Amino acid sequence: MSADISPLQTGARARRWGAWYVAEHKIRSMRGYIGTLVATAIGTPFLYLFAFGVGLATLITGNVGPVPGVTYLQFVAPALLATAGLLVAMEEYTFGILLGFKWNAIFIGMNAAPISGRQIINGVVLFVGLRMLVTTSVYYLMMLLFGAVEPGWSALTIVAGLLCGFAFSPVAAYAATIQEDRGQFAILQRVIILPLTLFSGTLFPLTQLPIFLQWIGWLSPLWHASELGRQFVYGPTEPIWLTVAHIVYLIGLGVLGWQLCVRIATRRLDK
Amino acid sequence: MTVPAPVITASSLTKKYKDFVAVDGISFEVAPGESFGLLGPNGAGKSTTMRMVGAVSTRTSGDLSILGLDPNQHGPSIRSQLGVVPQADNLDTELRVRDNLLVYGRYFGLSRSHIATRADELLEFAQLSDRSKAKIDDLSGGMKRRLTIARALINDPRILLLDEPTTGLDPQARHILWDRLFRLKEQGTTLVLTTHYMDEAEQLCDRLVVVDKGTIMAEGAPAALIREHSSREVLEVRFGSERNATAADELAGIGDRLEVLPDRILIYATSGEEALVELTRRGLEPITSLVRRSSLEDVFLKLTGRTLVE
Repeated sequence: MSADISPLQTGARARRWGAWYVAEHKIRSMRGYIGTLVATAIGTPFLYLFAFGVGLATLITGNVGPVPGVTYLQFVAPALLATAGLLVAMEEYTFGILLGFKWNAIFIGMNAAPISGRQIINGVVLFVGLRMLVTTSVYYLMMLLFGAVEPGWSALTIVAGLLCGFAFSPVAAYAATIQEDRGQFAILQRVIILPLTLFSGTLFPLTQLPIFLQWIGWLSPLWHASELGRQFVYGPTEPIWLTVAHIVYLIGLGVLGWQLCVRIATRRLDK
Repeated sequence: MTVPAPVITASSLTKKYKDFVAVDGISFEVAPGESFGLLGPNGAGKSTTMRMVGAVSTRTSGDLSILGLDPNQHGPSIRSQLGVVPQADNLDTELRVRDNLLVYGRYFGLSRSHIATRADELLEFAQLSDRSKAKIDDLSGGMKRRLTIARALINDPRILLLDEPTTGLDPQARHILWDRLFRLKEQGTTLVLTTHYMDEAEQLCDRLVVVDKGTIMAEGAPAALIREHSSREVLEVRFGSERNATAADELAGIGDRLEVLPDRILIYATSGEEALVELTRRGLEPITSLVRRSSLEDVFLKLTGRTLVE
């Protein structure tokens, strides 16, 4: 029962590919509930686009943005896609993180092997990115089917969706600090995430809000991602500096939360 | 003949959590192929020591070398050569039995085909071949423990660390596990285990340290420790909780030493039978009496004044 390569070699390989092995593990775990994931990935965009495109859009026929001729469905679809990215990220960055530390302590097991705290979090971020990519791609295909977008550059709205989810990585850093579950995630969902989806220029332009409420949108990654997605779908509707600002803000917030999470996780594992 | 270099060397190893000293300057060495135990009650600092040896917990002070490497600098390299069985099983309950091994093997950078072959060998070893597709939650405690051990062996480790390997298992499951661990010992795997069961320590350890409150109280082979710190035999007598204390006065002079516990009195003597004869001659009639050989439990009691499992 001897290994075909020496432990020192295996250690070196684990150091190089550790994050990928973590993502691989998470993907394998998904097999247990793949049915639910597929149903959600396809069912959600269908229901939302149907409701907004066939339902609400019939009521809203006026101008919804600075560019004339943009339908309500076209306006709302990039924001819905970004929200889908956000929801996947929120699920994994909250329950996924606490699960790994506590309820199904796979992170502890990984760390007993050569995998470091940094690699564990990198692996989770990678996995969340892949899951979001699948979800937002399905969303985009549905948008094509519903005629909400023209094929082409609009596919970049998927990137906006990915950045939206990534920008919520500070939530993962917060989740990594939690020792006892006292319903913090439910509060986070109700007090922060739900209001964000309403005040981020998703269902109506941010400018419709009174000026003293618009700051919520400026801080919200969802507003930045929705606006970014709209530039790809029917833009440009804003100066280029603002588009660049969306990208910088989303990446900046994402990197900040991700690195913070790495630090917290590393400290938590070393006890 | 040259003595092989130790695989673990700890010197004044200390771990503090704010004001609490979990491990207070312990020193020990483990030779390759040796089966080494840390025996002590809950909270003695055994698990903390194991985490430091497992290169996942940074020491506060002292020196530690695992396979010639310092865990502060070479944590992942050390961990790639260790197998770890933690106190609480952390199998992935979202994966099936065999998948747990497949996924874990990847963490050591092993190829999928190598892991697949190794997983089947280990399931055989752990007597779980027929449960390879079972859900983790459907396994008994003993099966989970054996699977955790199988998982720890996936990388063919040079040292296997076992933290309380049989705590919480029924006697039959413990014996199956001991048998598997004994086989590993025979194959030359270095075992380091913590336990608060003296029978486990006696069965599995070539050498052990008795740990209490973060310090080492004694060190040696189980038989040598018993010889050094206890008599050959022990007579255990019970007079009922009311009478124990008063009866102790009347037992003075019998055997080498007395220990009065809340529920029984232990009389340490070269011959337990002779002690019992003397006791009867004095007209004392215990409710129950039992003559047994001295164990590590007695060593611990002598050294700390407390029993191992309280």
